[in-house]
Amino acid sequence: MKNHIILEMRSITKEFPGVKALADVSIEVRAGEIHAICGENGAGKSTLMKVLSGLYPYGDYSGDIIFQGEEVRFKDIRSSEAAGIVIIHQELALIPELSIAENIFLGNEPARFGVIDWDHVNRTTLELMARVGLSEDPTTKIKDIGVGKQQLVEIAKALSKSVKLLILDEPTAALNESDSQHLLDLMAGLRSKGISCIMISHKLNEIEQIADSITIIRDGRSIETLHVKEDGVDEDRIIRGMVGRSLESRFPDHTPTIGETFFEVRNWTVGHPTVPDRLVCKNSSFKVRRGEIVGFAGLMGAGRTELARSVFGRSYGTFKSGQIVMDGKEVTLRSVPQAIDAGLAYVTEDRKSLGLNLLDDIKTTTVSANLQKITRGLVVDRDEEFRISEEYRKSLRTKTPSVNEGVAKLSGGNQQKVVLAKWMFTDPELLILDEPTRGIDVGAKYEIYGIIQKLADQGKGVIVISSELPELLGLSDRIYTIFEGAITGEVERENANQESLMKLMTASRKSA
Amino acid sequence: MNSLKQIFGGNTRQFGMIFALVALVLFFQWRTGGKMLTSVNMMNLFNGNSYILILAIGMVLVIIAGHIDLSVGSVAAFVGIVVAIAMRDWGIPWYLGVVLGLALGALIGVWQGFWVAYVGIPAFIVTLAGMLIFRGANQSVGNSLTVPVPEGFRELGAGYLPEVGPNIGYNNLTLLMGFALVAFVIYNEVRGRRKLEKINAEVPPMWVPVTKVVLLSAVILYATYLFATGRPGTSFPVPGLILGVLVIIYAFISNKTIAGRHVYAVGGNRHAAELSGVQGKRVNFMVMMNMSILAALAGMIFVGRSTASGPSDGVGWELDAIAAVFIGGAAVTGGVGTVVGSIIGGLVMAVLNNGLQLLGAGADDTQIIKGLVLLIAVAFDVYSKSQGKPSIIGLITRRFGGGDGGKKVDTEVPTPSPTEQAVGTKQVISHDV
Repeated sequence: MKNHIILEMRSITKEFPGVKALADVSIEVRAGEIHAICGENGAGKSTLMKVLSGLYPYGDYSGDIIFQGEEVRFKDIRSSEAAGIVIIHQELALIPELSIAENIFLGNEPARFGVIDWDHVNRTTLELMARVGLSEDPTTKIKDIGVGKQQLVEIAKALSKSVKLLILDEPTAALNESDSQHLLDLMAGLRSKGISCIMISHKLNEIEQIADSITIIRDGRSIETLHVKEDGVDEDRIIRGMVGRSLESRFPDHTPTIGETFFEVRNWTVGHPTVPDRLVCKNSSFKVRRGEIVGFAGLMGAGRTELARSVFGRSYGTFKSGQIVMDGKEVTLRSVPQAIDAGLAYVTEDRKSLGLNLLDDIKTTTVSANLQKITRGLVVDRDEEFRISEEYRKSLRTKTPSVNEGVAKLSGGNQQKVVLAKWMFTDPELLILDEPTRGIDVGAKYEIYGIIQKLADQGKGVIVISSELPELLGLSDRIYTIFEGAITGEVERENANQESLMKLMTASRKSA
Repeated sequence: MNSLKQIFGGNTRQFGMIFALVALVLFFQWRTGGKMLTSVNMMNLFNGNSYILILAIGMVLVIIAGHIDLSVGSVAAFVGIVVAIAMRDWGIPWYLGVVLGLALGALIGVWQGFWVAYVGIPAFIVTLAGMLIFRGANQSVGNSLTVPVPEGFRELGAGYLPEVGPNIGYNNLTLLMGFALVAFVIYNEVRGRRKLEKINAEVPPMWVPVTKVVLLSAVILYATYLFATGRPGTSFPVPGLILGVLVIIYAFISNKTIAGRHVYAVGGNRHAAELSGVQGKRVNFMVMMNMSILAALAGMIFVGRSTASGPSDGVGWELDAIAAVFIGGAAVTGGVGTVVGSIIGGLVMAVLNNGLQLLGAGADDTQIIKGLVLLIAVAFDVYSKSQGKPSIIGLITRRFGGGDGGKKVDTEVPTPSPTEQAVGTKQVISHDV
């Protein structure tokens, strides 16, 4: 039973006009296993899952899908769900203003003569929530629960459709460590009940931890399938498959040249934007030296972003007290323009909703934070705009046919390079990078690290906020840990390791 | 077809709306037996629609920034009656009346901009309220009566360029304007070509710009001829001149200046814009205020044309202006649209209106047809977008230097998920080239 094949996709080829997104991809998923699909961004993972879930209907692709021993031809998502295949997208498809129960039964409401049977809905919701380890009132609105719990609601929704094969696209991308772990445990639990999972993830440590087999896709082709236990797979092995070569090191070599302290924040206290008495930053002090890369470690919600944004022209929360000292002089930065003028730059963790105007093209985005510099009289100089963005395209090696291309068309890594270019063009002294490699594949990460190091070598200060401890350990010269809005520790790179940081991040503030 | 593309800059869709306009004009010219393209009719067309087109200029900025303004008709009417009464009862000269009107428009703009930008009430609500408030104010101030305006003021809405210089049988100023425009077209083409050569880009073969210039010049000169040869005392209308100047100024602002960029940035993604140092509130305030000033101007031009201000001036104008903007390629969600596109959208509506009237169609049929045209124009755009082809309207928009995009349509269209975006959109690029 354990080893029979529940799903087989044979020689799937999917073409968009002018480009082959999938070329002869084959994959076999055994019943009751967790099957990971790995590949760089744009490799074709999501396209494959869209074929499987019927989003690209039969006839749109070539090749066969055999599910539970029968050939299936899905014409839309409904038909794949009827067969027991449910996909949970990276961006959750829940409606914030509806309750948990309403969301779970959305489109599938049990009704008599069009009148919804609420008793049944709420009772069943409680059962489903128990199965995913969620204890909430079924009438709680989705917007009132955290993203980790929302993910669980999605899974409960899938369970309500008697799912046999669950597809999760980047399920832990937005979750913190403990929520991620809970989700992975839940997946293992589903596996033991005979539900198969396909999981797309960039987090190789999670894949290594939980997956039974791994199919690697590169440039629209299936490269190989690894069986974790039998083949003794580790992260380096997966990376080698994904990039087609072995990455010697995940971080470029770098010897920092650290100068004097030029940026200092003292006793920074900031209130929550809507809840009057809550503090998001509590009496935090830190400093940055020239040429230094400073890491901010903390769990999600610890207040790292809040700290960074409140320093960046008070763009978050209500300022209570504290000082910013630059080059020995106290400065007051009341607005974002003031912060930019003072030489600060902040690259947001949320590229799509806070970092980019997705309607813009690359060149407009590149100059958007420093239009003044290319304006002659009243007129924005378009030739200069083109020349500058072209320069950054070359020096950052952004992969795009031209800088006239829309930023929405770029992959995450290339979008991030455009955002970095935009802030480099403001010629900042201090760059605050909030999760600079989120949603970016391994190869592009390496390049981003290189850019960060180069900026530090130019004598700028860099603050890196990251949820990935290995990244902070590989990149930073010094690391601050943040817990519940307060800085709980400061560790030099030599003395830092994951365990000690995690302890400070989850501080038990007694020990800090 | 390929040569057409080359002349007009690369894409079939780009000039779809211009062709629609030309086709409409020719169609009516044929059906009415030549009544469309006459001096008198062209002047009527400009005089009778310039105030809507002026509103469309302000409206497109409001819509790009992600708002809407429903109050423009009422604001225009209120300003009209106040100015008319001020001139009649206080005896102020017509030019001070204009200044007073613009100042009153600005004041109303401050009021509406304050609620939208600084209090954060959706513009739909603020201007719906404004629509009621200023309509009521118009009728309250004017006692629901009609108030005539003096001669000088009427020039604003019904005047023509004066006769100057030697009498050669044509209106000299109109001729001069026409020739200047042709010279500008030629200069612009030459300059663009030089620039392409300078950066070593591919330069189209010589016949392309020549044909383009010849066609454009022919249209301009023909229009000049029509306007310069009307019955004695008429020439290019003053409201048309005001409109032309405003189009140039606002196309320049939206296209070439930091302020213009900021409007697109706020409409495209307000949070991202603010984190890049754009002052979103100020931008919102300015576009709302600007709209009310232009509404005041439109109201005064209308009053000038109809020689009196009345209680039901400006009813329904907001809808005509909004329709023009959406036909002209703006997106309901903001961030997309152009001044020139909106003017073309407005002209399409104007020509329809005018042509149907010449054909003797009633107001009922005219409205039905205009409604259908709006629906079909936008539906066509949405449909072609959902087929993975570039949006027509979007491309027209870009052709006229929308600057910041032209990829969004009025409805949500499923987009490829982030990871596949790079692949998924290549189809879009390669499809229509």
